[in-house]
Amino acid sequence: MEDKSKFVFVAAIFLALALYPLMAGSYGIDLITKIMIYAILVLGLELLVGTTGLVCFGQAAFFGIGAYAAVIFSPQYDSPSIIWLLPLCILAAALYALFVGALSLRTKGVYFIMVTLAFAQMAYYIVHDTPIGGGTDGIYLYVKPVLGSLIDLDKSLVLYGFTLACLILTFGFLGLLLRSRFGRALAGIKTNEQRMRATGFSTYPYKLAAFVISGGIAGLAGFLFAVKDGFVNPEMMSWHLSGALLVMIILGGLGSLRGALIGAFAFALLQEFFKSDAIFGGFAKYWHLGLGATIIISVALLPRGLIGVPALFRGKLTGTRGSPDIDGKGA
Amino acid sequence: MTQAQDILLKAENITRRWGGLVAVNQVSLDLHRGEIHAVIGTNGAGKSTLINILSGEIPASEGRVDIMNKDATAWSQPKRAQAGVGRSYQRNTIYPNFTVFENCRLAAQARAQKPWSLWSSARDCDYSAPLAKQVAEQVGLTEWLERPAGLLSHGQKRQLEIAMCLAIKPQILLLDEPLAGMGAEETDRMLNLLKELKSAHAILLVEHDMDAVFRVADRITVMVNGSVIASGAPEDIRNDPQVQAAYLGDH
Repeated sequence: MEDKSKFVFVAAIFLALALYPLMAGSYGIDLITKIMIYAILVLGLELLVGTTGLVCFGQAAFFGIGAYAAVIFSPQYDSPSIIWLLPLCILAAALYALFVGALSLRTKGVYFIMVTLAFAQMAYYIVHDTPIGGGTDGIYLYVKPVLGSLIDLDKSLVLYGFTLACLILTFGFLGLLLRSRFGRALAGIKTNEQRMRATGFSTYPYKLAAFVISGGIAGLAGFLFAVKDGFVNPEMMSWHLSGALLVMIILGGLGSLRGALIGAFAFALLQEFFKSDAIFGGFAKYWHLGLGATIIISVALLPRGLIGVPALFRGKLTGTRGSPDIDGKGA
Repeated sequence: MTQAQDILLKAENITRRWGGLVAVNQVSLDLHRGEIHAVIGTNGAGKSTLINILSGEIPASEGRVDIMNKDATAWSQPKRAQAGVGRSYQRNTIYPNFTVFENCRLAAQARAQKPWSLWSSARDCDYSAPLAKQVAEQVGLTEWLERPAGLLSHGQKRQLEIAMCLAIKPQILLLDEPLAGMGAEETDRMLNLLKELKSAHAILLVEHDMDAVFRVADRITVMVNGSVIASGAPEDIRNDPQVQAAYLGDH
């Protein structure tokens, strides 16, 4: 019953996204493509933060590495094939995640947050201050990847469809993962790692695997972003983005894939809203203020995020405080 | 006489220091299949520290632990658990937001982890799901299977602790005050369960309830300030002047 309504909800979102190009202009297509890429990135981070309880403050680095890999590995004049370029970008990000995870997962809590941030800053300064990534100016991707004559990511509508497909696949993959034994072990680690170890789980490899998968998904998002803009620069790896991703997760509701999805859309659309000259006129340049205030208010009023809103109303109607978090079946 | 192969766990000269404090001092004991070995002592005697060392949660400063006749001193906690050491905690360490079923199932999964099989649902796992139901029934929690564990009564949570401990099919049970806070009826039930379990398991029981200890224990070790002052059959312990002095006070 409840599972069914979750499925209908997610299916409705994806259907709406699939139909959106029928009525949208090029600006809208570009905007929603960007938001879908962020959604993929947030879904990957949710696996760490919401599922495993590891607050990673360096996700932008894996995103940036995926994006830089897309540009650096592309030939200058020929179209690269998606077949090898996309796996390469995912692999590059996953490898850095393996390195960062192997070291940072030996720490806990606030130290873990700081170590992941430090490694992300390290990656940031490598592309910022050395010639390999074109320095602060970044580098351009002149020829977009293709898949034979079937898919040409230079066309914005094709890229939109490809990004949507990646988003659905990521969501499906994570949904499958969460209900598997691996996913349940991650949930156990989040709730009580001590008990997990006492029952015989070596928790470190589990956490490292989650970290690498999350990094790989960020690499996928990075690839899409580089292809979309045809351009990468060090700002893609800045801690501002890592922070914004965490805010998206919290805004949407920690601990569910749907929450991550909603959070990404809500955050990006709020940002567009407060940046809009048409609505706010001269005040639009202070959009950070409006966005920040809205997020503070919504976190204060919705402790379980936007995903918790229906339960909140149900609670108001029936006079109960809503059922506590029950996590018996995974996703 | 128990035979050598029935010694499932053997600890020799275990010492644990926290800075200058000696929490556990030169403790040796062994656990035999078919026996409940109780460790009693006042608060702060080092009983829980001893369980933490035997289960691998903290390393010993000195001494040696053998599990199934293998030197396990350097083994990590997960490795000891895989070798057959199950432990329960003094404070409840269940997964409060999971159902009773999922608590047991996840514990059972430890022996069939298969993290790579992403396509199959954990809930339908043909190893852990039936085992979860079996251990829940063993401790008497069958009717609460779908209830979030955090909503159970205190006594039920203690039963769940034991169920999760059994779900990893251990040979050795290290139970840290399983009866704490239980009513008389629940205590009876738990003691009967322990008697049932002992034929196939070696059980270490740390407990404050002396009546309960003397009802079920086959051997008793008494600890004071980290050291063992007496170890032997219950009648000998009851009549030991040193134990009486430590418990009743001689000043």
